[in-house]
Amino acid sequence: MKLREVAELVEARFLAGGDLAEREVSTAFAADLLSDVLAMVREEGVLLITGTVTSQVVRVAEVMSLAAVLFVRGKLPAKPIVDYAAQAGIPLLATSRTMYEACGLLWTRGLPPAKRKPLPFEHERSSSPPT
Amino acid sequence: MSGPAPLQHRAVFLVVGLDLERAGAVSTEVQRVLRRLGIEPEVVRRAGIVCFEGEMNMVLYTPGGRVILLVYDDRVELIFSDQGPGIPDVELARQPGYSTAPVWAREMGFGAGMGLPNMEANADHLEIRSRPGEGTVIRAVIRRRRDEVSGGGGGAGV
Repeated sequence: MKLREVAELVEARFLAGGDLAEREVSTAFAADLLSDVLAMVREEGVLLITGTVTSQVVRVAEVMSLAAVLFVRGKLPAKPIVDYAAQAGIPLLATSRTMYEACGLLWTRGLPPAKRKPLPFEHERSSSPPT
Repeated sequence: MSGPAPLQHRAVFLVVGLDLERAGAVSTEVQRVLRRLGIEPEVVRRAGIVCFEGEMNMVLYTPGGRVILLVYDDRVELIFSDQGPGIPDVELARQPGYSTAPVWAREMGFGAGMGLPNMEANADHLEIRSRPGEGTVIRAVIRRRRDEVSGGGGGAGV
């Protein structure tokens, strides 16, 4: 799914990296806890959906080679963070949708979850969005 | 080939404690250096995650310290040393979920007690030496596997 389509689906606007709207995101992961992003996400090119707007979100995105960050609940990072993301080539999007709504919209349109570390008590079950 | 693998590159980075604006800057710089040296992407990724966790620990808990990056033919090493309060019980701190993080660190999205376990998961070898009141030294080794197709990021989890 292209970032442009992500933006349309969740009614998000680009804060940074609007010129990268044609970039493909293969999967997504949602969390406010950056520790979880760092510990669980096991692949690159992931769309991070978060309500955390600190500068560390962009650093984590950079270190983990994430495709883009989508801020939910109308939260906006400060300008220096947006500027840093722009020069680091990390597209930032913002929507007033809640995390639940944003995830639901993207999931039902077929954006699959990021490959991640197995969780405790995890049993065999479907982890693909409906087709 | 015999004997120890030759050192290809050495760099030292300073970490300033409580400098939240720049927290993470050393990790992105370490990755830049590794990419420039042509290190395998999977190793760059794992080193970046290990470095970020180590760097955040230093920023959140210590007045600062330094990160030494050593690149060898067969491995990348990251050595974190600080003059912080030390870790009274290293075995406890290695357990997932154990955290002494203050509320403000948790509000920033950190302090879930996953730092050391995640360093362990992404490194092939992790040594922690700590003396309460004096500081902590952590050595992380990430082996280079040039003949391997890149797989999931390090280990089967903790």
